[in-house]
Amino acid sequence: MTEELEAGRKSGKCAIEFASVSKAFGSRVVLKDVSFSVAEGTTYVLLGRSGAGKSVTLKLIDGLLKADSGTVTVNGEDIAALEHRALAQSRKRIGYLFQSAALFDSISVGENVAFPLRRHTKKPDAEIRSQAQGLLEQVGLGKEYDSMPGDLSGGMRKRAGLARALAVEPSLLLVDEPSAGLDPVTSTEIDELLIDIKTNRHATLVVVTHNIQSARRIADRMAFIDEGRLLAEGTVKELEHSEHELVQAFMNSHMGG
Amino acid sequence: MLVRTVAAAEDAIEWFGGLSLFTGRAVRELFRRPFEFTEVLKQVFEIGWRSAPLIILSGLAVGAVLSMHTRSTLERFGAVSMIPTALAFALVTETGPLITGLLVSGRVGAGIGAELGGMRVTEQIDALDSLAVDSFKYLVVTRVMACIIALPLLTVLMNLSGLLGGYLAEAVVSGASFTFYFRSAFNGLAFSNYIPPTIKTVVFGLIIGSTSAYLGYNATGGAEGVGRASTQSVVLSSIFLIVCNVILVKCIFFLFPGTAL
Repeated sequence: MTEELEAGRKSGKCAIEFASVSKAFGSRVVLKDVSFSVAEGTTYVLLGRSGAGKSVTLKLIDGLLKADSGTVTVNGEDIAALEHRALAQSRKRIGYLFQSAALFDSISVGENVAFPLRRHTKKPDAEIRSQAQGLLEQVGLGKEYDSMPGDLSGGMRKRAGLARALAVEPSLLLVDEPSAGLDPVTSTEIDELLIDIKTNRHATLVVVTHNIQSARRIADRMAFIDEGRLLAEGTVKELEHSEHELVQAFMNSHMGG
Repeated sequence: MLVRTVAAAEDAIEWFGGLSLFTGRAVRELFRRPFEFTEVLKQVFEIGWRSAPLIILSGLAVGAVLSMHTRSTLERFGAVSMIPTALAFALVTETGPLITGLLVSGRVGAGIGAELGGMRVTEQIDALDSLAVDSFKYLVVTRVMACIIALPLLTVLMNLSGLLGGYLAEAVVSGASFTFYFRSAFNGLAFSNYIPPTIKTVVFGLIIGSTSAYLGYNATGGAEGVGRASTQSVVLSSIFLIVCNVILVKCIFFLFPGTAL
């Protein structure tokens, strides 16, 4: 367990708390009575098979979806109860890296990173460009400011998406499948970036992944979701010794994501 | 059979309800801050300025064809001198606004449906919201506003290019002078002949903008869903526009009795 985790736990501060959350789309139940909490300054990894409800969990945290029942509390606020402006204020403290990176394809990579700065700050153009350039350099894309998102590879798009998510200097970073479709080297680079963000920016991270190797590298705690139910929750070691066969099989597998 | 019919009717009512609420929200948000002026201007350029060549070319062709038809009819009654007035009347009161609406619904409706649909399925709309930007205001309201601004302007352009096309067709046949032709055309029109039909295109703009944005903003199902949103945007906004035109013409006749032939 890291020092940050201990500090977060000792201070009793929860960045995120799910209390008996359920969510369905029509007749398809995605989450069933899920409860867990994430301590401030820690990395929490959501594991599970495809379609288990992991990405929906991230969208519930960001208020992009509303739970059918139960409460999602983020930084002490019930996210579903927030009014439009309060929700926008809350989102300014949350960074979100989407599975597909979700870069705006009509503007350049640099302008994607500069977008939240232009919207939410009154800084002069030169300062915004310089800040966006700095963020791109942090993720190894310093030369791609003027490239269009369509010209980048999958890994580069992910890194650009991460730079955009970091532009708002988030206290909470939501990351959906950071290593999906990437080669092992790029995947490791992104994991190192995530560890760096937690260590140097003291942010709380919630990461959705299938990649058990990646999860082992970055997680302070993990949860395993299957068919909408939280099967197991705890540290890497605790999950390795879970009584659920599926969790054990997943933890002991060497799949690359 | 009956169950399926009832289910289809329920789906249709639900869909129309959704569209009505969406359009109502778009209209309300038109008057609320932030107004996103930069994005509106960008969309006016995309929707209005980029449609101008299509409108001018179509206007020239429609004007020339209308002029040829009008000549062949009026010649029988010895009323060839009425050609500019008749053409101007036909263009300004009905043909210009309706053809402009249909052309814009084809070009712009498909574009908005495909663009917003593509943004929805690639999570770009979610990304906007996650960056604390109101995606509805930023994407939908700006496009609806741009359509409302662009349609009347494009209609004026269509009317003028239609008259020019009519003049060119007439000049080839009879050698009519430019000044005589346009003076005759505008002398036959009253203020109430061209203001209400041009203003009704504001409603056309609202129909095209809100229908195509609704379909794109709520698109599901990957690339297939985007294609469906794009096609349905054109088909449905054209149908709504044609049906709504009947009601609007009736309203214009009621409010401005002098506009009826």
